[in-house]
Parts: sequence; C-alpha cells; structure tokens
Amino acid sequence: MSITPEQMEILPGAAEGSMVINMGPQHPSTHGVLRLVVELDGETIVDVVPHIGYLHTGIEKTCEYEQYQKCIPLVERMDYLSAMNNSLAFVLSVEKLLDVQVPPRGVWLRMIFSELQRIASHLVWLGTHALDIGAMTPFFYCFRERERILDMLEHLSGVRMFPSWIQVGGWRADLPDGLLEKIAKFVEEFPAKVDDYEGLLTENPIWVERTRNIGIITADECIALGINGPILRGSGYAFDIRKANPYLYYDQVEFDIPTGTIGDVYDRFLVRVEEMRQSARIIKQCIERIPEGPVSSDDRKVVPPPREELDNSMESVIHHFKLWTEGFRPPEGEAYVPIEGPKGEIGYYVVSDGSNRPWRVKTRPPCFMNLQALAPMSLGHMVADIVAIIGSIDIVLGEIDR
Amino acid sequence: MSETTAQEMSERPEVVRLRERFPEAVCEVYTFRGDTWVVVDRAFLLDICRFLRDDPELSYRFLSDIVGIDQLGRREPRFEVVYNLYSFRTFTRLFLKVRVNEGETVPSVTSIYPGANFPEREVYDMFGIVFEGHPDLRRILMPDDWVGHPLRKDFPLGGEEVVFDQGTLGPSIAEVQTPHPGESFFGKTGLSNRE
Repeated sequence: MSITPEQMEILPGAAEGSMVINMGPQHPSTHGVLRLVVELDGETIVDVVPHIGYLHTGIEKTCEYEQYQKCIPLVERMDYLSAMNNSLAFVLSVEKLLDVQVPPRGVWLRMIFSELQRIASHLVWLGTHALDIGAMTPFFYCFRERERILDMLEHLSGVRMFPSWIQVGGWRADLPDGLLEKIAKFVEEFPAKVDDYEGLLTENPIWVERTRNIGIITADECIALGINGPILRGSGYAFDIRKANPYLYYDQVEFDIPTGTIGDVYDRFLVRVEEMRQSARIIKQCIERIPEGPVSSDDRKVVPPPREELDNSMESVIHHFKLWTEGFRPPEGEAYVPIEGPKGEIGYYVVSDGSNRPWRVKTRPPCFMNLQALAPMSLGHMVADIVAIIGSIDIVLGEIDR
Repeated sequence: MSETTAQEMSERPEVVRLRERFPEAVCEVYTFRGDTWVVVDRAFLLDICRFLRDDPELSYRFLSDIVGIDQLGRREPRFEVVYNLYSFRTFTRLFLKVRVNEGETVPSVTSIYPGANFPEREVYDMFGIVFEGHPDLRRILMPDDWVGHPLRKDFPLGGEEVVFDQGTLGPSIAEVQTPHPGESFFGKTGLSNRE
C-alpha cells in the first residue's frame, strides 16, 4: 500500500514526483529530537520543514509556580550544554528587577564560568559536528577537554552539569580551594589543544570539501530572521553583545570578535573555534584581575545570611527563615537582560507582579530562532549536506522545546 | 509598575519620533530600570514596525523575540504581546507592546520581520492569540491535537486525567488545585491560591 504525502499529512503541497522523507525525531545527527520533513528532487533538497516540541516540558509554566530562586535549576535545564549561561541570564534579569548589585569578585567569577561554559558548549558542538560529517577523532579530543570543565563544575558544586551555583545576588558560596588554580592551568593548556583540533580539521581536504560553500546565509538574512551569535558572525557581521552592550565586566577585558567571510558551514566552524581561544583569553585576564572579597551581595532581603551569622544574630535567623520559606518579592515590573550565550543571545523576559513568584518567565532561546535558518540554508543542497548544516547551526533541543 | 510620565523623563529619540509620526497610535510610554516600553494601538503595529525598521536613524532591523503575557486578573485587556526590537545602529533595545482581549487578533509582523514566524506560532500555541496574516499559523511546541493553550493563567499546571490499571482515574483537576493540609505555602497549583 502506498501512502501519499497528503495522507501522511507531513508535507501538504509537495510537488508531484518529488520524494518526501521523514528524518528524526530518533536520528543521531539531529542532535536530540528534531524531526525534519524533507522534500527531495532526486538528492536535491526542495523543502525542509522542522517539527519541534518533542522535548516540551513546560519549564516556563512551571517557573510561574515556583519562587524565584527555585527557577534557577529549572532554567539551567534548557540549554543543558551551557547551563550556567542560562542561569546567569535569568539571574541578571531578576537582579535588574530587584536592583541588587553583586560585589566585584562575584562578577569576575560569573565571567569565568560563563566563558568556561561557552568553551564546553563549543567543544560538544565541534565533536558532534565532526562526528556527523565523518571525522571521528576530534570527538574524543573534544570530550577529553570538556571532561576537565565538567570536573571543575563538580569541584565547585558537586554536580557535573547543572550546578545551580549562581544565585540571585551573587553565588551560593565562594570557590573551593584549588579550583582557581585548576582553571588557570586549563586555560594555559587549552589553546594548544585547539591547535590540535584545527590540525585535524581546518586544512583537511575532506572536511573542507564537506563544509565549504555549504549552507550559505548572508548577514542581512540572519538579521531579518532574528539570528545573532556565531551564525551572524560567520556571515561576516562583527556583532557581539559582550562588545555592543557590555554586561558584567566585559568592557574591562580584551578580546576579539572573530568573523567569517561568506557565511558557510566552514566559516561558522572557524568562528566557533576562534571563539574558544578568545574565551580562554578572557578567563586568563579574569584570573589575573579577580580580587578577594565577598562573592554575594550583603542585601539580606535577597541573599541568605551565611551559616555562622545564624548562631549569634536573631535578625539573621529571621532573614534565613523568610528567604527559605517565602523568598523575596521584587517590585512590579518587567526586565530583560540579554547576554551573549554560546549559540547567540540568551535573555529572560521576567514579569513580576510583586509576589514571590514570577508572573511570567519568557526565554529568548537562541537555538529556536537559529533553527529558522535551516530551510534557507539547505535549499538546493544534497540531502547529505543537511547533516552538516544542522551541525553548523548548533542546536540544543532542550532549549528549543523548553 | 513604576510608571514615570513621559513628560518628566527626557524621552528617547525613537519615542519622540514615534509620537511625531503616529500621534494617535502611541497609547502609553513607560520606563522601568532604564528600559523603555511603548504601548501601541494594534491597528498601527505594522506601520510602526516598518517605520522603526526602515528609518535610517533608528534602524530597528532586529526582532529579538516576541513575548506573550496573560494578565488575567491583573489588568484589562487580558493579553499583552511584547515585541523585543534591537537596533544595530544605536545598540539599543525598544519594547513595543500591544494589548488585546480574548478573541481579538494581532496583525502578523512576518512581512516585516521574517524571523517572527516561529515566535508568533509559539505565542499562538501558548496563549491562543491569532496573528492575522501569518503564513503558517500552526501549533509549534504542543501536539497538533492538543486542547487549550498552556500558558494561559486559567490552564492548570497539572491534574490531567491519568488512567491507571483497572480503569481508575488519577486525581481530578479540582483535587490537585486545592492545597491539601501540610502543603507548604500557597499550594502547588491553581490560580486561586496565588497571593
């Protein structure tokens, strides 16, 4: 029995004689549960329709029923490859609502971990992207280095992927002994490792053949589609929120914005690889400049008092009790603070109604917007190229579906 | 909402330009912690977006996101749609806000910002706000046969019927929404428990 596309209701309006195939949601190269309905003419792609939502868990709805601090573990699970960038963006928005200042040491630490998570995210991207196109070796190298970053998170918090160590007003606690030295050693060694990856790929003829002139998108198209981050930079437009609207102390460190030329898969590869070097450079400067001192604000209406204060201050006991049972109540208002995540602009639009739970939390998910580029990038290419193009968009379905 | 009247603040140039150009469309302007929101009449939304995008001095070419908000019980009209615009020229952000009631539609900005396609579908999926002129307004995150719009405030957080063995049902929506003794604070679910 033959089934027409109309009967399957997967791609109404497919042309006569073309072939409609269903790719995913269980497909190793779709990086999760992305489902693509691809219309093919021979092996040439005529149309691509992404179907998403297989991983929808209602995080935004759940956040409306949780106190602000309890949203942090939830939002970290969106982009699970760079958890701390999510919690950082959320916390910055809440801090803007509350108008709380974080002491310098806390801010520098946030920068260090934001960049470490960027490196970790890019390492997973590079390993899996290369694996998709057929290069197996980089995968092992990338995951070897990512393992070291996960070890640092474990050293920090005891948890490898979702530390939830950033909290509103600062950090849960200062770094444990020896961690800063560990990070310093890592960023010292890391640029040489990036050279290794590049040695395997950058001038590899098979790699260049698979990625050069594939999936081209211009900067104007990116802007029209609401895409920024590495994809926009790969198209030759030097835009980075860390430079344009500096948050934390990004205006005090030196780093370059790598850009591509024509915006193909290869350019995006070069941009992300260079971003890893720049992140290591930023971390190095942070470690040099990080001062001693507290990591969290001393606003006791927002940040719980340290344990030792509870023994000799009644007020601290009251604050402790109020914060852990009831939380804090930001004033009515709305706030949005964008940060430059590994995949583009991450921001949380938080609406407060004056109670201890957010009225509305809306993520600005970079991958969700970036996925819109899939169809314009892949039209006219071969079906095998779609794997390279998905890899170069760097999607995380946890964030797209939320 | 800490609303400052527009006259007290020195207004941002884009707001001044919008007021000049569309005097009847700008309903309200407010700022909060340095960000500016412009509440506009939905009938003028497309003209305003086109003006903001094409004016060489403003150049709000980047639609970062579209946010739906259900203000049930807080204010009328019930829904708000916020357009998060960014200018690559001035590196500033402007929030355009449209207020609609249940059953009213919002013009789709996909003709001006093609990137509005997915976000508008998401707002439709989550709130049931219809975007007129959208090329492909389908559910995006929820299954196609889903009933209801999950991010509406009157949509319960949990409590969907679960069929157990022998055909018995799990707790009903009403049971789940009522806080049981010993449950901390305002109960886990339900609008009525909210302070």
